[in-house]
Amino acid sequence: MKTHELKQEWFGNVRGDVLSGIVVALALIPEAIAFSIIAGVDPMVGLYASFCIAVVIAFVGGRPGMISGATGAMALLMADLVADYGLQYLLAATILTGIIQILFGVFKLSKVMKFVPRSVMVGFVNALAIMILMAQFQHFVGESWVMYALVGITLAIIYLFPRLTKAVPSTLVAIIAVTAIVIYGNLDVGTVGDMGTLTQQLPVFLIPSIPFTMETLMIIFPYSLSLAIVGLVESLLTANIIDDATDTESNKNKESRGQGMANVVTGFFGGMAGCAMIGQSVINVKSGGSRRLSSLVAGVFLMFLIIVLGGFVVQIPMAALAGVMIMVSISTFDWSSVKHLNKLPKTDAAVMVATVAIVLVTHNLSIGVLAGVLLSAIFFAAKISKINVTEELVLRKQKKVYRVEGELFFASVSDFPAKFNFADSVHEVEIDLTHAHLWDDSAIGALDKIEMKFEENNINVTYLGLNDESHHLKKRIGGLSKASGH
Amino acid sequence: MFKRILLATDGSKHSVRSANHAIQLANQFNGTIDVVYVVDEQTSKSDVLHNDSKYEIERKRKEKIQSVLEQLKETDIEYNVQILHGQPGPAIVEFANTNDFDCIVIGSRGLNNLQTMILGSVSHKVAKRADCPVLIVK
Repeated sequence: MKTHELKQEWFGNVRGDVLSGIVVALALIPEAIAFSIIAGVDPMVGLYASFCIAVVIAFVGGRPGMISGATGAMALLMADLVADYGLQYLLAATILTGIIQILFGVFKLSKVMKFVPRSVMVGFVNALAIMILMAQFQHFVGESWVMYALVGITLAIIYLFPRLTKAVPSTLVAIIAVTAIVIYGNLDVGTVGDMGTLTQQLPVFLIPSIPFTMETLMIIFPYSLSLAIVGLVESLLTANIIDDATDTESNKNKESRGQGMANVVTGFFGGMAGCAMIGQSVINVKSGGSRRLSSLVAGVFLMFLIIVLGGFVVQIPMAALAGVMIMVSISTFDWSSVKHLNKLPKTDAAVMVATVAIVLVTHNLSIGVLAGVLLSAIFFAAKISKINVTEELVLRKQKKVYRVEGELFFASVSDFPAKFNFADSVHEVEIDLTHAHLWDDSAIGALDKIEMKFEENNINVTYLGLNDESHHLKKRIGGLSKASGH
Repeated sequence: MFKRILLATDGSKHSVRSANHAIQLANQFNGTIDVVYVVDEQTSKSDVLHNDSKYEIERKRKEKIQSVLEQLKETDIEYNVQILHGQPGPAIVEFANTNDFDCIVIGSRGLNNLQTMILGSVSHKVAKRADCPVLIVK
């Protein structure tokens, strides 16, 4: 059974996977180069990363059919580290990122991802799109109209070519066409070769040459933590999308571990940290890929192309890459969230906008995600902290019944006692908690306080309808906070 | 003659009209109807992004084809709902051809020539590749 399953995961769809893997490899090359440039490293670093990650994930990932590689989200996070400390520190940070992600998977923490609400996810992709777009502006600085024209041609081909045929990815056609224009037109514009060297070699195993000290760890750890968080957010979001698109389930903890292993391997082979790619994974499924083989083919074919075509790749003008990145940005951005912004619940819209704003200010996607989660948690707490108390006199006005509805916890109990009338001329008070839930010490404390105040006025308090959990909690800690005691 | 009818729908006004025709056919031949709604990859992406759980996604998708289902509920016709994943044209064709349907009823979105060239016509693709008769409702 086990081998049968494994065989299905690998070879259940050979034809579709090989074809889609090739399509994905072609689309990966310009992105891997462009993301390297965003990170501030040689194009080879991104290409090695996409090769290593795609190949390793094919074997150890939890979501067959998903494509991982060098990504914009990760590249944006590492730019500062590279600028301040250089490539070797980035490789070390990549390995540490992988270790953090492996631990995340081993301790089965993928379920904490459900605390990242949709509005934060939407904010995440929108912020990512805006950051990728902004990273392209530097290529326009001091350039002539030729640059603008070439970017325009690139975009025109990308969006219009699919009307003719969808057999070849239009980004590839655009890059070949614009590169040809530059070469045969003898145009003097910046090329990939100007941004760094491209070696036509397979990656080799290397231990990052950094001092193995506490100081080094303190430098790379904050970056690794951010990279690990963002990598998992994007990977698990992508896994959910592919789960839905293929109508199958996948193991998220296995995926977390797999992403970690892929990053460890990548770091040792001179690649930068990466994660799953939403766009490429959707392309893969659309092109008929669904099994592990598709990711393996994508990685291997990518490396094959670089070794064979490296000489061509360095001549690709930056204008073509900027055009591809603008397209990536446009397709990453969630346009429906802007269209329906006024229809969303106000708190959802606020969380989304805040997530985007915080990322744009801090230039750090992980801070945006954490702040977004925090903000939506506060909104959620505020939403459920409304307690409704109704009162009713019974037994010939000798007894009063308070019906409490809602969640009693630290945030909701502050004005809870004010809803009771302690100076009533009744002998007995019944607090009906059938539709309430006691969550913490504060809830018990508030009830004790209410009980105490009634007792001061010689009014006896009884409770009704405590649910099991609440009853247990009250029994455990109740009475302790009452000054009078029993 | 038309015992097993496949009704392809996207929840739009056009597909409500095609539902009428499918119902008339089913009444005439005492047939059953399978309502098919196809979720493509882009829809998967935005649905996963905009909903908190897969249960919410499923509920929203059923809601989307609600108007068609309500029409069917008013009749005595036996019907099923299938949510498929993939590109609408090929997914409908594959489902129809592997499940031996007698007829496909599908709405035409009423695009003009330019829109058809750019967007491609799902109903044309289905008509071309399906093994059974296809009724395109205009």
